[in-house]
Amino acid sequence: MSWLSLLILIPFATALAVVATPDSKWYARRWIALVGTGIVLALSLVMSVDYMQAVQERGNINSLATISQMEYEQSVPWFASMGIDYHIGVDGIAMAMIVLTAIIIFTGVLASWEVKDRSREFYAFLLVLVTGVFGVFISVDLFLFFVFYEVAVLPMYLLIGVWGTGRKEYSAMKLTLMLMVGSAFVLVGILALYHAAGSQTFDLNKLATVDYSKDLQQWVFPCVFVGFGVLGALFPFHTWSPDGHASAPTAVSMLHAGVLMKLGGYGVLRVAVYLMPDGAKEWALFFLILTTINIVYGAYAAIKQTDLKYFTAYSSVSHCGFVLFGICSLNLMGFKGAVIQMFSHGIMTGLFFGLIGMVYGRSKTRDLTKMGGLSKRIPWLAVCFYIGGLASLGLPGLSGFVAESTVFLGGFFGNAWIDPSTMRICTLLATSSIVVTAVYVLRGLSRVFQGEITNPEFEKLQDAKLPEKLCTAILVASLVIVGMYPPVLIDLIEHAIVPIANRF
Amino acid sequence: MTGFLFENAWMIPALPLISVVLIWIFAIRSTTRIAGYIGSAAIGLAFLLTCALGVSYLSSAEEGAAAVTWSIEWLRYQDHLVVSLGTLIDPISLVLLFVVTSVSLLVHVYSIGYMADDKGFSRYFAYLSLFTFSMLGLVLAPNLVQMFVFWELVGVSSFLLIGFYYTLPEAIAASKKAFIVTRFADLFFLAGILCLGFYIHQFVVDQEFVIASGTIVQNTVDTQALDFATINSQPVLDALKDQRGLWGHNLLTIAVLLVFIGAAGKSAMFPLHIWLPDAMAGPTPVSALIHAATMVVAGVYLVARLFPAFAAAEDALPVVAAIGCFTCLFAAVIACTQTDIKRVLAFSTLSQIGYMMLALGVATAEHPAGFGASIFHLFTHAFFKALLFLGAGSVIHAVHSNEVTAMGGLRKKMPLTHATFLVATLAIAGLPPLAGFFSKDEILGAALDGEDYLIFGVGLFVAALTAFYMFRLYILTFLGDEKSAGATKAHESPSIMTIPLVVLGVMSVIGGWISVSQFVLPAVELHAHVTVMALSVLAAGLGIGAAFWFYGGETNRADSIAKSAGGLYRLVQNKFYIDEVYLLLTKGIFRFVAAPAAWFDRHVVDGAMNLSATVVRWFGAKFNAFQTGQVQTYGIWMVNGTILVLVFLWLVQQ
Repeated sequence: MSWLSLLILIPFATALAVVATPDSKWYARRWIALVGTGIVLALSLVMSVDYMQAVQERGNINSLATISQMEYEQSVPWFASMGIDYHIGVDGIAMAMIVLTAIIIFTGVLASWEVKDRSREFYAFLLVLVTGVFGVFISVDLFLFFVFYEVAVLPMYLLIGVWGTGRKEYSAMKLTLMLMVGSAFVLVGILALYHAAGSQTFDLNKLATVDYSKDLQQWVFPCVFVGFGVLGALFPFHTWSPDGHASAPTAVSMLHAGVLMKLGGYGVLRVAVYLMPDGAKEWALFFLILTTINIVYGAYAAIKQTDLKYFTAYSSVSHCGFVLFGICSLNLMGFKGAVIQMFSHGIMTGLFFGLIGMVYGRSKTRDLTKMGGLSKRIPWLAVCFYIGGLASLGLPGLSGFVAESTVFLGGFFGNAWIDPSTMRICTLLATSSIVVTAVYVLRGLSRVFQGEITNPEFEKLQDAKLPEKLCTAILVASLVIVGMYPPVLIDLIEHAIVPIANRF
Repeated sequence: MTGFLFENAWMIPALPLISVVLIWIFAIRSTTRIAGYIGSAAIGLAFLLTCALGVSYLSSAEEGAAAVTWSIEWLRYQDHLVVSLGTLIDPISLVLLFVVTSVSLLVHVYSIGYMADDKGFSRYFAYLSLFTFSMLGLVLAPNLVQMFVFWELVGVSSFLLIGFYYTLPEAIAASKKAFIVTRFADLFFLAGILCLGFYIHQFVVDQEFVIASGTIVQNTVDTQALDFATINSQPVLDALKDQRGLWGHNLLTIAVLLVFIGAAGKSAMFPLHIWLPDAMAGPTPVSALIHAATMVVAGVYLVARLFPAFAAAEDALPVVAAIGCFTCLFAAVIACTQTDIKRVLAFSTLSQIGYMMLALGVATAEHPAGFGASIFHLFTHAFFKALLFLGAGSVIHAVHSNEVTAMGGLRKKMPLTHATFLVATLAIAGLPPLAGFFSKDEILGAALDGEDYLIFGVGLFVAALTAFYMFRLYILTFLGDEKSAGATKAHESPSIMTIPLVVLGVMSVIGGWISVSQFVLPAVELHAHVTVMALSVLAAGLGIGAAFWFYGGETNRADSIAKSAGGLYRLVQNKFYIDEVYLLLTKGIFRFVAAPAAWFDRHVVDGAMNLSATVVRWFGAKFNAFQTGQVQTYGIWMVNGTILVLVFLWLVQQ
């Protein structure tokens, strides 16, 4: 059995273990969840080191390869008659996403340390959700991919609907319906490719060897792009995100913005762009413009938000735009930047939502206008918030810069299918968001943390407790490590991006 | 260049970084002064290393030699776009290293006294060391991306230090303003990097193609497009110089001017100067280090770094000269009307940096004397301006006010501060044999040699203005009667604060005797301008005389003149209302872009989504009507449906 299966077995087993705990022992559940996700985190780190070694031993990969090279592959027939296999394997991109997911779920458990209300169901759903996410990243078979994709999306409905705040039922319903419509598009696309390839296989790499007709790619590509794009907050299908995040409980926001939204970008790159390069060339300009709107418009909309969660959600819309923007550049740097941004934004937004949860738990308000001077009472959280904010405005030394500068260069270099002037105007517009981001981040943070304490209640606030410190410290450390020494991430993903870039 | 020191030049920036980490881990909550000692020790070591490096450079390297002595791969964008972190050692980086480490060391020591009673003592030193680390990284950068990385890091440390008193509304506002204005400029810097990166990369790749076909034997495999060595190399500049791109304009000019906007933002050139006067909300030693001696000259340094590219680009240097010249005059005029001691110094800084920029602007590839003069002035200015700020800090510390209207008569109460301040004032006014005299003279000489008579004239006029406003400041602060209770009770600062003043005072005297320009431009023969010297001394004399005539006497002639000038005076005093124009602009963006975007999203985009949901629900409700639960109804529909299908099939078969 491949080690990879452990990545889905352990979270699932942990979920079962949580369910099996007796009613009286609610605190046992968080320990079980923490140990389970801790093992997964350790495993993912060990595997990524091992993966790097495997890649190095293999030596320089064929720089002209166009098929992704998977490691730890395993294939077991599932519905043999339809060519569906339990086929798993990872390349560098998936490996990076697995590490991201493991970090987020581990810190997510720490951030929900105090959840007592129906904690059995809460942790169980959270772990099932993350099982689905790991499943998506290890799938090579597209059918399997889709099944896990649905497993990842569905528990979200319950998690928000039950443990959420505010207009939670509305938000949960909206989010689920929009994502479902998106996945319907994806399914149509996958089936069309399956059919065009002779209905023999759902294997990603086998599908990649097929030459699809231009006519087919012409309509399947946008279908799949939009389908995944909904999850990746593609304008104008992003509106589930502010409401969804605002209503979701802390760990769910972290997981959703941190990891699930990355499934969108991952799917676009893995399925749409990788399998249908001709469709991508045809549609790149159209989506480039949409993603430019994403970046700029999301940033401007964030300026006017007063609820911390809406604020972060719009900032996510803007930052996730970079992922899709990078992909639309259709070159090596664009793809690379997109993947780095997925990782970077995942950690960053995980940190943000985690911190918002912690601040909200203390101040009982998320309204920016009602806060002030908090850094005096909760310096730890304030410092972490500032580091996250600086990462999001692309400060060098933190991961955001690595990602964004790569995306900008990718955009500026452009490709042969989009007029260079258009490409550069879009790139410069996207680049201009670094100023707008600086404006809203600094305004927002100074409102909350600087100045005199505005509300006497705030004088009594306590700074972060140990689980919270651990949670934020891990996330901040990830931002700093990638930002200070980008090769840790770039070496991991580069070999996996070359085959995709070579298709253009 | 080989040897232990060269290959380990990374230790110079690493030391302050270690100090940040140590302070943050061990001393952040400490109530002792340990953080100050850690910071000072680290930067002291860095200073010694810099001196040792300088000595071994002078003794072992060829004149004007430049080399990247250490580097590691950092960010791999793609082939020929691999960014390494490294240390570039050449004359200008050595000059800057010396300036940064020495001034930073003195400011660290001074701050131990100045910040002694502050609750944020440790945090302050952590930030100060962070800044020093960033600035040293910037100075040593061998490529444009490393420059940008540390450029942003100095920006953020400046942000942290301006906003150091984080409960004061004006400090918060000033820190945000500084960060956002410079960020806006950095956007253009980044665009310039993208531009240069793209076209140079293209060129390098083409070259490689030529090698492959065997016509040129030259190894370009390791050539990185964004290294300064590549950008400033003759083949690249020749190739880029005549290339038209970006809608038909000269490409190199556009690229370097974009970079120049970045430089202008950091160096607070008009019209991006608005953040610097407000930045004085930070602690005064910070203003000395960051907003006078080091960070604000980063823009000058950047232009100097890319000087061959600027010189090769058509029309680029005249723009630099024009902006520098205008800022030089503009800021000097405003400085004459300010009453906040730090603001006067801030505008004076703007004006002096304008000098440095205009010196770069009047230089050309053939006659680079202005280039040397600019670095020379950067060097001397760092010392006397840091001294002025630290002196002002000492005064503010004693009087507890920034306003000159609350000072006066401090000459006897603070003798050391007074003496050193006077030295610095004389130095900036350009009186021989002090430091400012020599460097300013070289700048004016370069302008004259370049036959830029307008620039020369303005430069000379500003020299007079500088002498005027500096002596105005000096007279109001130190001479006359005490104008407030604070001034009456003032006493000399502790020796930990006055010793740095004395050291800087010495440097402000002898700094001009070191021939920095010859060190920077070993190949160029420099000559003194006796006429220029005479003229600039005359101008300074006139300025000083005017200051005494206006402010020295019993009757206040200045007020009556100001009154009679009325609106014009107020226009200048309010800094030509440029801040208000910006405020209007940003408000406009909030009101007419951000607010509509937020509204549009909630109402139109989301409304459309909700509308589609409503439509689906409406159809659902209608179709619900079919679900009556009556078997008879279902039966009728079934029979009707079957008939319809049969009819359809029959029609198709026909």
